Amino acid sequence: MMQNIWKNERLFNVLVPVISAVLGMLAGAIIMVLGNYDPVVGFEALFNGMFGSPKAIGETIRAASPLILSGLAVGFAFKTGLFNIGVEGQLLVGWLASVWVGYAFDLPGVLHVIVSILAAAIAGGFWGMIPGYLKAKFKVHEVIVTIMLNYVALYVTADLIKRYLYAGNEKSYRIKETASLSSSFLSEITEGSRLHWGIAVAIIAAIIMWFILEKTAMGYELKSVGYNQHASMYAGMNVSKNVVLSMTISGAFAGIAGAMEGLGTFQNMTVLSSFTGTGFDGIAVALLGANNAFGIILSSLLFGGLNTAAPQMNFDANVPSELIKIIISLIIFFVASGYIIRVIAERFSKEGK
Amino acid sequence: MQDYVIEMNNIRKEFPGIVANDNITLQVKKGEIHALLGENGAGKSTLMNVLFGLYQPEKGEIKVKGKQVKITDPNVANRLGIGMVHQHFMLVHNFTVTENIILGSEPTKGGKINIEGAAQKVAELSQRYGLSVDPHAKIEDISVGMQQRVEILKTLYRGAEILIFDEPTAVLTPQEIHELIQIMHKLVDEGKSIILITHKLKEIMEVCDRCTVIRKGVGIGTVNVAETNPDQLAALMVGREVHFKVEKKEATPKDVVLEIDQLVVHDARDIPSVNGLNLQVKAGEILGIAGVDGNGQTELIEGITGLRKVKSGSIKINGKDITNLPARKITETGIGHIPQDRHKHGLVLDYSIGANMVLQTYYQKPFSNSGILNYNRIYEKAKALIAEYDVRTPSEYTPARALSGGNQQKAIIAREVDRSPDILIAAQPTRGLDVGAIEFIHSRLIEERDKGKAVLLISFELEEVMNVSDRIAVIYEGRIVAIVNPKETTEQELGLLMAGGKREREGVK
Repeated sequence: MMQNIWKNERLFNVLVPVISAVLGMLAGAIIMVLGNYDPVVGFEALFNGMFGSPKAIGETIRAASPLILSGLAVGFAFKTGLFNIGVEGQLLVGWLASVWVGYAFDLPGVLHVIVSILAAAIAGGFWGMIPGYLKAKFKVHEVIVTIMLNYVALYVTADLIKRYLYAGNEKSYRIKETASLSSSFLSEITEGSRLHWGIAVAIIAAIIMWFILEKTAMGYELKSVGYNQHASMYAGMNVSKNVVLSMTISGAFAGIAGAMEGLGTFQNMTVLSSFTGTGFDGIAVALLGANNAFGIILSSLLFGGLNTAAPQMNFDANVPSELIKIIISLIIFFVASGYIIRVIAERFSKEGK
Repeated sequence: MQDYVIEMNNIRKEFPGIVANDNITLQVKKGEIHALLGENGAGKSTLMNVLFGLYQPEKGEIKVKGKQVKITDPNVANRLGIGMVHQHFMLVHNFTVTENIILGSEPTKGGKINIEGAAQKVAELSQRYGLSVDPHAKIEDISVGMQQRVEILKTLYRGAEILIFDEPTAVLTPQEIHELIQIMHKLVDEGKSIILITHKLKEIMEVCDRCTVIRKGVGIGTVNVAETNPDQLAALMVGREVHFKVEKKEATPKDVVLEIDQLVVHDARDIPSVNGLNLQVKAGEILGIAGVDGNGQTELIEGITGLRKVKSGSIKINGKDITNLPARKITETGIGHIPQDRHKHGLVLDYSIGANMVLQTYYQKPFSNSGILNYNRIYEKAKALIAEYDVRTPSEYTPARALSGGNQQKAIIAREVDRSPDILIAAQPTRGLDVGAIEFIHSRLIEERDKGKAVLLISFELEEVMNVSDRIAVIYEGRIVAIVNPKETTEQELGLLMAGGKREREGVK
């Protein structure tokens, strides 16, 4: 019978995000009605914008790529008991590193891409390692350090672009063709979207996260430290080392998320005056995806699609694109209140007997 | 039939796939202390939760003072005069005693909470039942025994006539247990009735009038305590004969395995907790450490196993110095450690029971090949251990959290003993377990001894130390103050030594 409960538990873990997404959409429809918009037209436009045409699908996948990686960064840290709120900052330093290597190095095609992505991973990993080290050594809470390092990253990257990479008009130099992830092939089959090879990188990264956590001794140790530090110490694991390692790996995922923007979508980096939001969306993505690699891919596709379809909904149905932000927020709200869904579902299943 | 305050007749409570209570009848007379006896997982808590309104029974009736009632939630139970003293106290630590007691039903006077009035009432109740609780003391400043009295006061304040005590002695020192027993007698004298949930036979013999036994969810019957004995109760509870006296051959100690010399270990506040301790444990013997909690036992174990830095002194295993080595190195040298707190140190509760079986060996072959785990081998191993040590679990994939305390402990013992360490450190290995599990664990420790391993047993239960050990070392204020032969000593002598008394047969001073 315990086996049954365990199975139900897993089912619940899948059901809560799905139900939350549906409830979020429903609530969005109600808000449309309250705002005197036609929800049927609105949602039709929204779905068209998400996957109504090859181009829409391409844009949805493109928008999902960095989200997947920042979601993986949050999810990886979370599975090992850490809150990485610094994905945004790690993403920015990764973005800059990828653009820098993409611009300054002369390497043959595929190799240049790989080196640029690795540079992003190292930069992001280093940026994640700092809070990890401070936590392990001085017990400083990682949430505070990562939040502050986001600002440091924002201004340091802006300053570095202006000093060394400035091409004018608040932009850095463009990366060389050899370092680019963009693909005329992918663009053509999606009828002119900006889809690039970043999605392949993101999926490989998701597989790596799953493999590390579920298949390796390192993952066993990382998760063990996340679940129960005392028992891990008792078992002879080095808790400090694992905290640093986990934050570094998490930061590396975030750094690669930055490379998606630098090598894929934009081919350069803008002098940013505010955050991109992709790093913070990673928290939402990981939450909806239950910190599971596959779940994070699915939730990224949903959020990526919603974001890219927002202008279409505005254009076709005249619904303000801010509504998408409300829907996303509501989905997160429902996931976070998964407990309520659980109680309601249990009530139903009892009465069904 | 009017003389019963509580009647629970033919109660049946099902959970999906399991019958937790089947046809249990519990009848409590006014003014008696009634024991509810059963092994862990026998269904005692379920039955009490039915009485307290947390669960609804599928079948059966409940009568309070002869009137049939339907207890739909704890508030109804409270109104009927049923109060529960939980095993895990439900107190707000930075509130005062009075604030905790009135929490949820604060008396008001002109819109303000009438703390003074409440404190006075609490003081009166405390006086009347001999609880000597200070209504204005903060919870975090008072002892565990006092906190329990606050829980008792809480139920009395709400007008409880029937008090349910859920394993009340599990967290108490012997002195506090003694005082609690007096309090229970006082409560009964004042006309209250008590249901005592326990699996400690000694307590039942000492305080209870009657005893209802449950085994595997089924009511076995009710006996008058005066007409029974511990052996009979144990047999009723477990369903077979239980050996209290541990059967064991004479020990044949050989070479010294663990040698501790002038050890100093500081506690979390950086105060020397182990203070110049010397100790030797030989192969083929069980050395028991007797002592009152807080005399350096925890720090001694943590020092040996590498969980806490040693300030000075040395620890050797088979002549090899392991002082201040990393925990993993020490484990690999040949120490097995059954930790005091199995939830905090012994298990990763969110991992499956199988994954827990390799907590110290996951990185070694055959479980790991160049860093890639071979889960097939891990679960094979776990399956074999589960079978060998009779760990009751639906499967090796079940999370450790879902197992009962006794089975969690069996799993830890399986893991530690299977690594075949030269020395096995067992800290409170039977805490909170029922007689069946205790018997199993004791016989396993003795088996290890007979295989020629050294065993270091640390326990706060004198009976356990005296029954299982071949030699007893008494620890007091971080030092071993005496080593005695369990056959030549008495509980009184040990008690005196544990309290810091000198061992003086001649009676000098």
